[in-house]
Amino acid sequence: MAAEPIISVRGLITRFGKHTVHEGLDLDVQQGEIIGIVGGSGAGKSVLLRAVVGLLKPADGQITVFGENVRDTSADDYRRLRKRWGVMFQDGALFSSLNVQQNVEAPMREQLDLSPETRAALAAIKVRMVGLPDDALKKMPSELSGGMRKRAGFARAIALDPEIVFLDEPTAGLDPIGAAAFDALIAQLRRALGLTVFLVTHDLDSLHAICDRIAVLAGGRVLATGTMTEMQDIDHPWVQAYFKGPRARAALAQKEAI
Amino acid sequence: MTRPQIALSEGIFVLEGDLLIGTVEGLDLRHGLAEAIDLSGVRQFDTAGAWAIVTLERRLQSAGLNPQITGASALQTDLIATLRQNMLLTEAPSTNGPTIADRLEQLGRKAVSSLQQTLAIIGFLGQVVATIFGLVLRPSRIRWTAIVHHMQQVGLNAVPIVSLMAFLIGVVLAFQGAAQLRQFGAEVFVVDLIAISVLRELGILLTAIIVAGRSGSAFTAAIGSMKMREEIDAMRTLGLDPVEVLVAPRVIALILMLPVLGIIANFSGLVGGAIMSWIELGVSPGVFQARLASNTGVWHLGVGLIKAPFFALIIGIVGCFEGMQVKGNAESLGHLTSTSVVLSIFLVIAADALFSIFFAILEV
Ligand SMILES: Nc1ncnc2c1ncn2[C@@H]1O[C@H](COP(=O)(O)OP(=O)(O)OP(=O)(O)O)[C@@H](O)[C@H]1O
Ligand SMILES: [Mg+2]
Repeated sequence: MAAEPIISVRGLITRFGKHTVHEGLDLDVQQGEIIGIVGGSGAGKSVLLRAVVGLLKPADGQITVFGENVRDTSADDYRRLRKRWGVMFQDGALFSSLNVQQNVEAPMREQLDLSPETRAALAAIKVRMVGLPDDALKKMPSELSGGMRKRAGFARAIALDPEIVFLDEPTAGLDPIGAAAFDALIAQLRRALGLTVFLVTHDLDSLHAICDRIAVLAGGRVLATGTMTEMQDIDHPWVQAYFKGPRARAALAQKEAI
Repeated sequence: MTRPQIALSEGIFVLEGDLLIGTVEGLDLRHGLAEAIDLSGVRQFDTAGAWAIVTLERRLQSAGLNPQITGASALQTDLIATLRQNMLLTEAPSTNGPTIADRLEQLGRKAVSSLQQTLAIIGFLGQVVATIFGLVLRPSRIRWTAIVHHMQQVGLNAVPIVSLMAFLIGVVLAFQGAAQLRQFGAEVFVVDLIAISVLRELGILLTAIIVAGRSGSAFTAAIGSMKMREEIDAMRTLGLDPVEVLVAPRVIALILMLPVLGIIANFSGLVGGAIMSWIELGVSPGVFQARLASNTGVWHLGVGLIKAPFFALIIGIVGCFEGMQVKGNAESLGHLTSTSVVLSIFLVIAADALFSIFFAILEV
């Protein structure tokens, strides 16, 4: 691949006390692709995401996003970088004392100088784009269902039209129809906004439907990267079990039937 | 980033530059009419840019025109189409300020809700007392570990602050009393002054206030954050009664420990008073002790300590009740924690006043 990767991780090592999560992890993400990160529970997917967005200082290794080093940037540089990506955490992480509209407006309020009317109009559009009904705007996060909270978290992540969005298990806990709609939404926004998507997921249907490439995390490293079909041929027990289990076959069969 | 420009030439709106979230507000989209919108000069473009274009398009449509969008790239066309689907046709009407009727309604709602709160708290008191009696009848269900843990938290850990506070109160009383009593040559009465005010009132009242600030707020915060994370609901589904598991041990621990803290406060208050009397008035500790024993009835101590369990019940009930009221958000937790402290201190002082009247009628 000729193009400079938009995210590049080299030799990442992260530790919590004595417990090593990543030992020498390498990963490249290209501009405009949707990369799916898979791995067992506790394999360190969420920790990788936190390290890439600079919430967690790794013990060693180099992480560059947009060609800039995330690990030791100045506060100013980091603020500039942060505007260019959006993050949706595993459990939504909406601000519980703000309603949905205020949550989506929060990044605009912090980063830009917009009039309240413009902010409200843009927030309403983002909320509609993620498929929430209009009356959700004025609701508090505690009044939403789990799936609606995820959508609201996604709306906040794309509030500033970022270049990269980091999504931690966006479809976990959604009904299959809702999950498929969410996948379609991600793909549509990628097309419309030219997003790069860093997608942590366990959802085989999502992996099939929208991911250009898949990276498998195991033993603190990226075990393999490739398309869904390439995953079928990788000779590793976990990968085999994951991509050739009954659920994977069902997902594959469904895709071929379409 | 180049600033976006809009110009009207030959019946066409021509847009140029970067139409981005940070810049579109500079565009004047309110004036002029045209049959077409030309985007060929637009470089960077995002949702906010598309929003501006669709807003302009809608305005022209409502003026009876049918504007064409020309010169847009495939990506821009896609994004504009997405926006058309997702933009509300009418912007939400802005609400006016509250009228007098609104304010009256608010007042009424406040009054009714505070009445309901009072009833709810009394109901909660009944529930807790019933649960505690139930536990007395079936002692095997008592959670000793939890009780001992809370006794340490609310009792043992509060000893330093409570005794320091009472010591200083004794010092202040002796100092102020001495200044007044010396005028009459009645220095030795400072002993009676200190003993009666500390033993009857101040020792236990100030201890209760400190405990309300320390432990009442901790109860609200702990139970409230469990409520917020649905732990209380999880308990109910497991067949555990939150009142029995969370509230009863805290209230029992407080009822057991507040009298003990009161005794410690009384003792250090007297010590502080004695030391200050010695320094200021030359009343030696021996004289102080003798006068205390001969002139101050033991009933003064009793009057003070009888109040302790009631104060403990007030603090425990209010703290746990407010914790149970917490809703899903972090703000209500903070709000209710401060409510809990203010309310329990207020109720403790009110109860103290009632006790004073009661004991005055009984003439003890
Ligand atoms: N703040 C922390 N302190 C200590 N250990 C942590 C912390 N955060 C994560 N870990 C550990 O790091 C490991 C990886 O956690 P991580 O959250 O990345 O898992 P995951 O791959 O996202 O799993 P899941 O699919 O269940 O979300 C786990 O073993 C976890 O115990
Ligand atoms: Mg995770």
